[in-house]
Formats: sequence, structure tokens, C-alpha cells
Amino acid sequence: MSGAQELAVREKQELANKQEKTVPGRYFVPAADIFETETALTVLVEMPGVERSAINIAVEEDVLRIEGQIDFTKYQGMEPVYTEYNVGHYARGFTLSSQIDRDGISANLADGVLTLTLPKAKEAMPRRIGIN
Amino acid sequence: MALFPDPFNTLLGLQEALDAFKTSGWLQSSVSGSGSYPPLNVFRRGDDFVLIAEVPGIDKSDLDVQVKGRTIRLSGAKTIKYPEKASLHRRERLTGRFDRSLTLPVEIDPEGVKAECRDGILALSLPRADRDKPRSIKIG
Repeated sequence: MSGAQELAVREKQELANKQEKTVPGRYFVPAADIFETETALTVLVEMPGVERSAINIAVEEDVLRIEGQIDFTKYQGMEPVYTEYNVGHYARGFTLSSQIDRDGISANLADGVLTLTLPKAKEAMPRRIGIN
Repeated sequence: MALFPDPFNTLLGLQEALDAFKTSGWLQSSVSGSGSYPPLNVFRRGDDFVLIAEVPGIDKSDLDVQVKGRTIRLSGAKTIKYPEKASLHRRERLTGRFDRSLTLPVEIDPEGVKAECRDGILALSLPRADRDKPRSIKIG
């Protein structure tokens, strides 16, 4: 990929088909990249404004759920005069295949990007078969 | 008097306040490249202004902020490195270079501008220039 291309704005998508939230406010679907290597699946999720302590990651019934809460009290005393985007909590779920080692999932947060490493279960790793 | 009764009490209150100013003509035609990256919001805090932009995944060293007079220029590049031999399943995060500037309708003190980048949010605090601050005139 050439780095010279102009960076476009990705409009925030509001979370649809969500489970009912009991707190008023809109949720957004964070942009995500997923790539696979021989040993693991990596999920990168963009959640700008979410602090480490405000992230909740859970695996429930084969669904990896990510939720990030923004601290909107930071906006206290500020009056918007010009806006191009809205802010809100983030939520997204990914269905896991049986090839993922659930206990080995690890997460890291840097510059508003959450990196989830989902190691493959031993059985799911590719094996080289030698020829006798 | 506040414009909203304690608007930031709830997330919804903040979201509604942000929506209400989407049509604000405050910057009028002075925003070059509205709709360009990065999306930004401008707030008033007391006498001063705060510009907030979402820049997830961009390292501080790849961000350049310049202030000249009333004009603020944000430029940089966002790159994502995937490991070799990785097969991509999904690719929603965008990469590329960006360069946008905006001119504020008020004088700011360029020396007092502070930039902070945390958790993918760039916040610029833009103090209003003393000579631009409103003054009360005593009626003699």
C-alpha cells in the first residue's frame, strides 16, 4: 500500500441491533481490523478516548464482546461551538471459532487502539507433514 | 445562563449538544476541508477554546500541529503495519496522509497553545488572546 494516499474520514456507525442498554446514550461500532497469522488471530479495534480501565472484554457463548466507555465528564464546562463528530461509548462483538484458545486471549491498548491477540488452539495450528 | 440545563449530566445530553452544533455556522467557510481527516470538534471553555480531534492509532511523532495567527494546521500520516505472512480478514481502519487547517474567528495566543495526545484523542487548548477578550466598559 502506498502511504501517499489521502486519509479519508470514516463516518462513525451507530450500533444497531444492540441489546437494550439501560443507560441513555448512543453507542458506536468501533472500526476493526482482523488478521490471521499461523499462530494467532489479531483483532485491532479503534476506540479513541477510552481509557484502559474503561474497557470491558468478555467471552460469552463463543462471542468475544468488547465494550469501551468514554469519560464524558471531561466535557463538563465545555460548550460546543463547532462539531464534526459525535462521541459515545463503543461496543462490538465477534463470534469465535472453536479454533481459538479462549484462555490465551490477551489485550493491549495503545493510542486509542485496542489489540486483542487470540491464539489458535494447538489442534488448529498448521502442521507441516514430512514426506518419508 | 447555560444554554442547556446541565447538558453533560448524561451521555445523551452531550450527544444532543454535539448534534445541535453540527449545523453551527461558527466557523462558517473558514474551515478548509470540512469533512477531511481528522474529524474535529471545537468547544468553548470559559474565555478559551478547545479543539479535539480523534486520531486513534497515530503516534505522537507522526502528528504535526502548527499555529500561525488564527490558523491551526494539523498534518501527519497514519500507517498500519501488518506482520508479514498475515492474511487479512477484515480491514476497516483507514490509513494515509492528512493535512487540514482551520481558521478560528477569534484571536488566539499562539504562545499559549498546548497540545496533548492521549488514548487516540488530540486536544489543543487555545487560549484567547488578551486583546480579543471581551471587556466590560464602565458607563461614566
